[in-house]
Amino acid sequence: MSFLSYLINGISLGSVYAIIALGYTMVYGIAKMLNFAHGDVIMIGAYIVFTCVSSAGMHPALAVLISIVGCTVLGVAIERVAYRPLRNAASPLAVLITAIGMSYLLQNVALLIFGANTKTFPEILTLPSISLAGGQLNITGTSLVTIGACIVIMICLMAFIHRTKAGQAMLAVSEDKGAAQLMGINVNGTIALTFAIGSALAAVAGVLLCSAYPSLTPYTGSMPGIRAFVAAVFGGIGSIPGAFIGGILLGVIEILGRAYISSQLADAIVFGVLIVVLLVKPAGILGKNIQEKV
Amino acid sequence: MAMLEVNGIEVYYGMIQALKGISFQVEQGEVIALIGANGAGKTTTLHTITGLLTPKKGTVTFEGKDITHVPAHKIVSMGIAHVPEGRRVFADLSVYQNLRMGAYTRKDKTEIETTLAAVYKRFPRLEERKNQRAGTLSGGEQQMLAMGRALMSKPKLIVMDEPSMGLSPIFVNEIFDIIQEISRAGTTVLLVEQNAKKALNIADRAYVLETGTISLSGSAKDLLDDDSVKKAYLGE
Repeated sequence: MSFLSYLINGISLGSVYAIIALGYTMVYGIAKMLNFAHGDVIMIGAYIVFTCVSSAGMHPALAVLISIVGCTVLGVAIERVAYRPLRNAASPLAVLITAIGMSYLLQNVALLIFGANTKTFPEILTLPSISLAGGQLNITGTSLVTIGACIVIMICLMAFIHRTKAGQAMLAVSEDKGAAQLMGINVNGTIALTFAIGSALAAVAGVLLCSAYPSLTPYTGSMPGIRAFVAAVFGGIGSIPGAFIGGILLGVIEILGRAYISSQLADAIVFGVLIVVLLVKPAGILGKNIQEKV
Repeated sequence: MAMLEVNGIEVYYGMIQALKGISFQVEQGEVIALIGANGAGKTTTLHTITGLLTPKKGTVTFEGKDITHVPAHKIVSMGIAHVPEGRRVFADLSVYQNLRMGAYTRKDKTEIETTLAAVYKRFPRLEERKNQRAGTLSGGEQQMLAMGRALMSKPKLIVMDEPSMGLSPIFVNEIFDIIQEISRAGTTVLLVEQNAKKALNIADRAYVLETGTISLSGSAKDLLDDDSVKKAYLGE
């Protein structure tokens, strides 16, 4: 039974990675850039919830809502101020380096405001655990909410992209910005919307992550951010189902590796698997090999 | 007043001046050809009209409205559709999705369906392949898709950049027939072509571009008989 509970923990952690990876993969697919500050938006979102609940004594649901709005505004602002002016820069490295700089900026702003001390994230998901198989298998309420949230987000996102006009615009922009403009699509607006969605998801991921691992520091978002980036590459960067599969697999590998092989080597195992996958399938699990007809 | 008036546009790529003051007019219902060698500025001219580039000097007016600084994504709904060089169809989307993308700025669903039916009627091959990924079409079929996609916006003026480029001779003839049909159906056509002979055969008037300036203009018939045009562009 312990294997099953590890597996469920892995899927739960993987769901968080998947939600974060969606932000990476959508921004990459549409704006063709890696937003390395994405992980730190998660941390900011978690601090917003922490402040609203622990300091201001708000209702958790309201706090989460404020966090989602705050992160959305932050993500759009970052894109507008730091990334958009560099979109047509001579080197794609310019925006990549800016993203890394933005990541440090967010971490240090958090350090300045909240200090370096670890904060204990409030318990806001107070669902009861469920026991199966006569008490041998325990699933925490947090795990259930996390897995459920991930599934709901995936379904909504796929429906949004395939059923709405804004979603179709995203598909067009991801393929060819110039041609998309000629169709009457506002490319800047579409990219801003992508950042808005990705950052709103980061806020959700921040709440789920900190509910499972309730210690909050300015560096809380950094490692999950990198793992989620790995998950996105693993699944095939640019692909939404790829981010989902990559995230879940990564979470499961991490937890099982920690449980059965070595908890010290967990990161080495995760990144080792990534290297093997990329050697065998360079575009990732669902990534497409780019073949264009000229 | 002409439908489209381009007045003395000067366009730069960084320090390099691509257009050195180009002026021409397109009257409603005409087929106008822009011909010239590689690098003469034909594509740059079209990009300036549809807002992908902004001129340093000069103006573009369409139906009396100054559109010089109107961004590309707002040009379509004003009535100008652009069939870009190299087709630029959305390879991962289906033929049907590509066509729907062409009607992105239109709201009335039943009118869009009517236009779609008309496009399928003009390009039966697109209807046969409507669920196929656009990237799997042949070059000629992709060109038809790019034209059909432009027609989905119900344009008053359609600008086409090198529609015959890279196509087999059979498709080239078919594409030029289609351009004539589009014109007969009431859409004004501004055509950029390397295949000067075919272009002049279907155009009413033409302008010859040479390194960023217009070196010659006149009725297509006169240009076909012009000695310098014959020598430089018709290979006679």
